[in-house]
Amino acid sequence: MTYITKPKLRHPGIPVNKLGFTHRDYEGTVSTLCAGCGHDSISFAIIQACFELNIEPHRVAKLSGIGCSSKTPDYMLGQSHGFNSVHGRMPSVLTGANLANKDLLYMGISGDGDSASIGLGQFVHCVRRGVNMVYITENNGVYGLTKGQFSATADKGSKSKAGGSNMDSPLDLVSMALLIGATFVGRSFSGDKAQLVPLIMAAMSHKGPAFIDVVSPCVAFNNHAGSTKAYDFVREHNEAVNRLDFMVDREPITVDYAPGTSEEVELHDGSKLRLAKLHADYDPHDRIKAMTYLQSHAAAGELVTGLIYMDPAASDMHANLNTVDKPLNRMMEAELCPGSAGLKSFNDAHR
Amino acid sequence: MSQIKAVNDFVVKFANVNGSGSASANEMFARSILRMGVPVASRNIFPSNIQGLPTWYEVRVSGKGWLGRRGGVDLMVAMNPQTWDKDIASIDPGGYLFYDSSRPVPMSRMREDINIIRMPLTEICNKVYSDPRQRQLFKNIIYVGALAQLLGIDMEVLKQLVGEQYKGKDKLIAPNHQALQMGHDYARDNLSSLCGLTVEKADAVKDRIFVNGNDAAGLGCVYGGATVAAWYPITPSTSVAEAFARHCKTYRVDPETRKNKFAIVQAEDEISAIGAVIGAGWNGARAFTATSGPGISLMQEFLGLAYFAEIPAVIIDVQRGGPSTGMPTRTQQADLLVCAYASHGDTKHILMLPQDPRETFEFCAISFDLAERLQTPVFVLEDLDIGMNEWLCEPFTWDDKHTYDRGKIMTAEELEAGKTFGRYLDVDGDAIAYRTLPGTHPTKGAYFTRGTSRDRYAKYSEEGAVYQDNMQRLLRKLETAKTLVPKPVIKMAREKARYGVIYFGSTAPAMDEAMASLEAQGQHLDMMRLRAFPFNDEVVDFINSHDQVFLVEQNRDAQMRMLLVNECSLDPARIISILHFDGTPITARFIISAIAERMHLKSKEAAE
Repeated sequence: MTYITKPKLRHPGIPVNKLGFTHRDYEGTVSTLCAGCGHDSISFAIIQACFELNIEPHRVAKLSGIGCSSKTPDYMLGQSHGFNSVHGRMPSVLTGANLANKDLLYMGISGDGDSASIGLGQFVHCVRRGVNMVYITENNGVYGLTKGQFSATADKGSKSKAGGSNMDSPLDLVSMALLIGATFVGRSFSGDKAQLVPLIMAAMSHKGPAFIDVVSPCVAFNNHAGSTKAYDFVREHNEAVNRLDFMVDREPITVDYAPGTSEEVELHDGSKLRLAKLHADYDPHDRIKAMTYLQSHAAAGELVTGLIYMDPAASDMHANLNTVDKPLNRMMEAELCPGSAGLKSFNDAHR
Repeated sequence: MSQIKAVNDFVVKFANVNGSGSASANEMFARSILRMGVPVASRNIFPSNIQGLPTWYEVRVSGKGWLGRRGGVDLMVAMNPQTWDKDIASIDPGGYLFYDSSRPVPMSRMREDINIIRMPLTEICNKVYSDPRQRQLFKNIIYVGALAQLLGIDMEVLKQLVGEQYKGKDKLIAPNHQALQMGHDYARDNLSSLCGLTVEKADAVKDRIFVNGNDAAGLGCVYGGATVAAWYPITPSTSVAEAFARHCKTYRVDPETRKNKFAIVQAEDEISAIGAVIGAGWNGARAFTATSGPGISLMQEFLGLAYFAEIPAVIIDVQRGGPSTGMPTRTQQADLLVCAYASHGDTKHILMLPQDPRETFEFCAISFDLAERLQTPVFVLEDLDIGMNEWLCEPFTWDDKHTYDRGKIMTAEELEAGKTFGRYLDVDGDAIAYRTLPGTHPTKGAYFTRGTSRDRYAKYSEEGAVYQDNMQRLLRKLETAKTLVPKPVIKMAREKARYGVIYFGSTAPAMDEAMASLEAQGQHLDMMRLRAFPFNDEVVDFINSHDQVFLVEQNRDAQMRMLLVNECSLDPARIISILHFDGTPITARFIISAIAERMHLKSKEAAE
């Protein structure tokens, strides 16, 4: 569908956000993914989240690696700079970009092949390092662009479209993110927009490494019986631990919950997140318990979704590195070069 | 018995055991001679090991100021039984052997044509010190004291150096002074007049500084405006990143807020390091990585991306002996091709070839200008010899009028004014297009950076004509680069010469000495020192204006010759290779004999 140019016409009554942008201002080029691909739903959820958060599109930088998921930054936020880098290495590029300018919002879009196989090392170290970002994996358990090989997140025993069984143990990126220090961890399903959009909004408002794993069925190669990443399977096994309402600029709360069943969390940028507890025993601020919860439910064959963990007081890589407030990419000679005067002491010390 | 007699012109070599604390004592020895105004070139020849394997430290004393390795040894300080036979064999006839005579050495393992200076170092130490570590460390200081007496080095200078070295740990000063004096007094009482080598005060050092290339590289990156460094530890480049961190602490901490105007990330590997550099470069910060050959191999895919997507990056490659792990603590110039053509597909990269620490400082600093002007990776090729040895250089200077060349970056104002933006559109005819930085303008100038083929406006395209258009422009960009990179340094012989000699990098000081020696013998050759790739026109003109040229390089395969023949369409017969690749720095003697031999053959051919 690359030959299709998006029409520029827009409905006069199309809603605008506080900055005067419409949805269209957050869209990208026409997707070239398969009709029904879960990834397109995620792109749409990101567009929706940015629209609702009143984000200026050019304040976002979107980065990706290689694969179906990594193509999607082209299909959203056309007025943001994007970088489609090399396979499995987006995290390092994003790290460098973030070092250069701490003021932008960095969104890393990846897939299960890109992050759990070739890029596992980079994923781990980028999160460990505390890079302030939203890192989303569009997880479908297969390699789409090369036509249906298992990826490292495919469950043991799941069947490929060609009939083979995966005998390797799966990697769970959510468990891993918790283990290595992500300060915001969520999991969702591309088919559950009501859960996904506020989760992305909350992640974008979080300061620190935010990770969301989104199960996103591959309609071409992994949507059949015997696959644990198919639409039907995920719907049947989805176990949401909470429901999120995201409130921009302290908008009045319209939904009422019974006392003790909900919690308000203030985020770094002043916005608020209301969490409705769907499981009374689940506490998304206790990392150790979250890890246990995930493992025991995974053993029972359930896919735990929702906001898994959040540390509202998290900091980031720039804080660790004690960098100046001004973005490094805006500094010039006057701030950076010690000049001839600086060489005198150097020369003297080397005689 | 003949005795080599020399004043301010000899080579001392220390053979030690790695981890025995000899390095700082030996360096103090070298510095003391410098402080007496006599030029010194020192080279550490060390193993990939922390403790136990053999290590050597060579000090060339040259009143005339020759700073390359000469070759040969006049005085061997043999402190390592493991390498005894080889060490003894390396002494020039008439030279000197200084050794620890606490344990007898059979005459069969000595040589008759050298002069032997015996000092029972272990015995002396064991008498004075009871702590084993002290016995070992002070043994080094004692022999330095003894050598000072033998060679006529000023003890006051040595004592002052001790004071500087242990500044802040003052209680170590007196015992070190005592050890020096003990060595000195033993030599005065027992060894006097055994050595014909002498250091005499001179005024040949002037205001020069003694500095290693990696320190200089780190400082060059500070001066060049690097704010982001991402790296992975690898010998011999690790000290570049460490030097950058140290210099940043001195020069780049905001005095008011105490916050850092730099960010350094020790990455999980070299792939991640170059990835972060490319991400930072894409986002408008000056960024670099420092690595060595194996790191360059790992970075290949990313380097292709930076070339094709046109992202500035600076890569400092401190070359070591390859291939594979090769000789990680030995020097070579063997990464030329892997850098010049890094990555799959058709690529060509900018190489800078500094000759010493001073030029490393300069080249590192200007590499950021070149990388941003040309929007492409720039390699600074040091080698272990430059990077990890202290070189005597002119003091570093900086032109305060120099402003950073950020290259073509379209601003929000220009976008607002309606200036046409095509990320890969050559508007000025120099094949360099404008870029925008992320976050510049709310509605204009955003584009999608990718490693896939795209048109002049950054739109994805696999059309053959569109792809070729872009690839041809990248080739034209290299023509622009030729006008910007440092030109070669050419030195014509006193008489008209039919032959020329080409060299680059750390070969320079040995080459200067070799050429002076050949000239004195009546062999005249013009000299050209290459300083960058792609080759400027001057390079081709030099080769074409000689019947033949010798090309001296420190690798097996004559990589520079391949580059020259390939890139300049030269007749290979015009370029005669002289190759030195055993991992030790090239010597003047090696060059002299290699050229003299070939020149001799040439004159015989001419006679026939």
